[in-house]
Amino acid sequence: MDVLERIDKIVKENRTVLFMKGTPQFPMCGYSSRVAAALESCETEFAFVNVLQDPEIFENLPRYADWPTFPQLYVGGELVGGCDITLELYERGELKGLVSGDAAQAS
Amino acid sequence: MSERIDMLRTRLTEALEPTRLDIIDQSAAHAGHEGAKGGGGHYVVTIVSAAFAGLPLLKRHRLVYAAVGEAMKDEIHALSIRAYAPDESIPN
Repeated sequence: MDVLERIDKIVKENRTVLFMKGTPQFPMCGYSSRVAAALESCETEFAFVNVLQDPEIFENLPRYADWPTFPQLYVGGELVGGCDITLELYERGELKGLVSGDAAQAS
Repeated sequence: MSERIDMLRTRLTEALEPTRLDIIDQSAAHAGHEGAKGGGGHYVVTIVSAAFAGLPLLKRHRLVYAAVGEAMKDEIHALSIRAYAPDESIPN
């Protein structure tokens, strides 16, 4: 399978998925760490992909959604954003609703 | 790495005509960690521009990334973006 198809499959098959450096338990980057912690505080299940363990995804994810940096959070098949956006949604109290599907989809 | 800051300032100024632009170099705080081994810099950009008015966060960040362009691939490891329209208050 082509790597972009593989990424697309991951994004479509997981309601909430975080592409990050390391894992939620052992994050390898401060930005990934903060996003994973924010998601965990929402008490919802989320999938994650450790991009440091998957060089093909690491190389190609930036062109999948034309977003140059990690981490990247996807909900409902759509890119939510990276660390800044996720944390801003968290601080506004909107992240939990977004990932749990309670609120209207963020624009 | 002030050349990178100059490059960021030039590109962002040309593309977005900001009324305020602060760029902080945080590279030293991240040096040596696993995720930064590519060697690119870490920067925090606070930018106020009329170009962001009415846009959701994702689109504001896309405008900034587009302005920085190719440098996002290697020279810039991480760019923390705080993008506001002129009539929005900036949190500390």
